[in-house]
Amino acid sequence: MMRIALLGFGSVGRGIARALLAKDLDIAVTGLADSRSGIIDAAGIDLAAVLAQKESGGPCGNPGVSPTDVVTKADYDILVEVTPTNVETAEPALSHIRAALRRHKHVVTSNKGPIALAYPELRALANENGVFLKYEATVCGAIPLIHAIKEGLAGNTIARLYGVFNGTCNYILTRMAAEGLTYEQALAEARELGYAEADPTYDVEGIDAAIKLVILANTILDMHTTLDDVERTGITLLTPEALHLAEDQDCTIRLIGEIVPGAGVLRVSPRIIAKTHPLVVEGTLNAVTVEADLAGELTFIGKGAGSTETASAVIGDLLYIRERHVQGS
Amino acid sequence: MKLEMKDRPGQLVAALKPISTVGGNIIAVIHQRETSAAATEVLDVQIVLELPEGRLDALLEQFREQGVSVVRIGEERLLYECTLIMIGHLMHTDLSDTVDRIDRTGSAEVTELSLVMPAISSPSSARITIRSTTRAEMKRALRILRGVAEQKKLLIIEPLEGV
Repeated sequence: MMRIALLGFGSVGRGIARALLAKDLDIAVTGLADSRSGIIDAAGIDLAAVLAQKESGGPCGNPGVSPTDVVTKADYDILVEVTPTNVETAEPALSHIRAALRRHKHVVTSNKGPIALAYPELRALANENGVFLKYEATVCGAIPLIHAIKEGLAGNTIARLYGVFNGTCNYILTRMAAEGLTYEQALAEARELGYAEADPTYDVEGIDAAIKLVILANTILDMHTTLDDVERTGITLLTPEALHLAEDQDCTIRLIGEIVPGAGVLRVSPRIIAKTHPLVVEGTLNAVTVEADLAGELTFIGKGAGSTETASAVIGDLLYIRERHVQGS
Repeated sequence: MKLEMKDRPGQLVAALKPISTVGGNIIAVIHQRETSAAATEVLDVQIVLELPEGRLDALLEQFREQGVSVVRIGEERLLYECTLIMIGHLMHTDLSDTVDRIDRTGSAEVTELSLVMPAISSPSSARITIRSTTRAEMKRALRILRGVAEQKKLLIIEPLEGV
C-alpha cells in the first residue's frame, strides 16, 4: 500500500480524494491538510468522512494540525501538493516541497508556483535525495503533455510548441465569436459558470498561460527562463468587431502560447488562426501542437482544468512513481 | 523579368544557367527576336521564374557577368502576404500615417484595409493586409508595425502561421 500526504483540499484535493474512493488504487492517505486544519493518521484517513465534513462547510481536520506538521511528521511515501498557485513567491508550497524532498519523500504537485520559480533547485534536491519530483498537473490539466514530450518523444528535438493553454480565455473568445458578445459580456458569463475567478487578471492577461510556458521551457525544453522573459498580451482589449473581421476570412482569434526554443521565443498573445486549424477548440478545452523532428507534428486536445481532470494527472504521476520505485523503504 | 542579350548561338542557354545556379525555377521562357529594337544583334527574352528569397541580387550579378542586361523586373513582385487585425483608436492616431509607415519602406505595402468603427468613443478594429517582395521585408514591415502599435497604443493581432 502506497501512502500519500495531501496538502490542499480544494477542488483538486477533493477530486483526488473522490478518485481514490471510487477506484481501488491501493493508495492510502496518511496525512491531509488545508489552510485551516489537518489530520495525521498512519492507519489511513477515512476520506469519505472528511469529504462529507468539508462539503458541509466544516474543517477537514483538527485546527491544531498545520500543513507543516503533516509534511514533517506524517508517515508517507509521496507528498501530494495541490494548494493554489502563488506566482510571486510560490510559498508556502515551496517550503513544504523542499521539506518533503529533504525527508527523502517523493513529491507530486499541481502547483505552478514552485515549478515555475524554483525548478532547478527542486530538481537538484530531488536528485540528491534519490526521489521523484513530478508535476504533470501544472500544465493543461488532464492532458499528459509533460509525460508525452519527456517520455514518448524522448530523442526528438522540439522545434516549436504552441497552443491554447488557458480555458477561461478560450471560453471567452469562443463566446465572443459565436454570439457576437463583447469581452465584458463573455467574461460575465464565464464568471457565472465558474470558469473565471472574481479577479480574472491571472487568466485574461495571459499570466496563467505564460507560467505554463515557463514550466515547459525550463523543465523539458532545456531553457532557462522566467516569467519576465515571456512576451505577453492578454485578451481584454479584443472587440467583437475584430472577431468578425477574422471570421470574414474563415479565421478566428485565440489566445496562443508559443515557444520556439531555437530562437528563444516565449510569447502569449491573441493570434489570427484558420477555423479549420486543429488548435481551434471550443469552450474551456486546451490544445497544444508540438513540432518534433522525428515524430512530426502532434496535437493534444483535452480538458485543461477541473477537479477530476486535474486529479487524473496527479494520479498518473503517483502511479508512475509506484511503478518505478521499490516500496517499503 | 525581361532580358536583353547578344544574339549568338548558345547565348540563351548561358543566360538561363544562372537561374538554376541560384536555385530558381523557370516557369516560362518567351523568346521575342522580332520585336527587339536592334533585331540583328540583340535578343529579347522574357522569363517567368520563381526565386528563393534573397537570391535576386545574386542572379542579377551573374547576369551582369554574362553580359545579359535586365530590362525590366516584372509586376508580380509582392509575393508575400500577411493579414493582421488592429484594435484601438485607429483614426485618432492617424491611420493614414500608420499605413504610410509601411508603404514608405518601398518593398512592402498595405494592399487592403477593412475598418469597423462601432461608436465614436470606443476603439475601432481593422483588418490590414500587407504584401511584400521578400519574407525578410515582411518581417521588417511587421517590426515597423509593432513599433507603431506600441507608440500609438494599438493592439496588433498577428496570424498564428508566420508570413
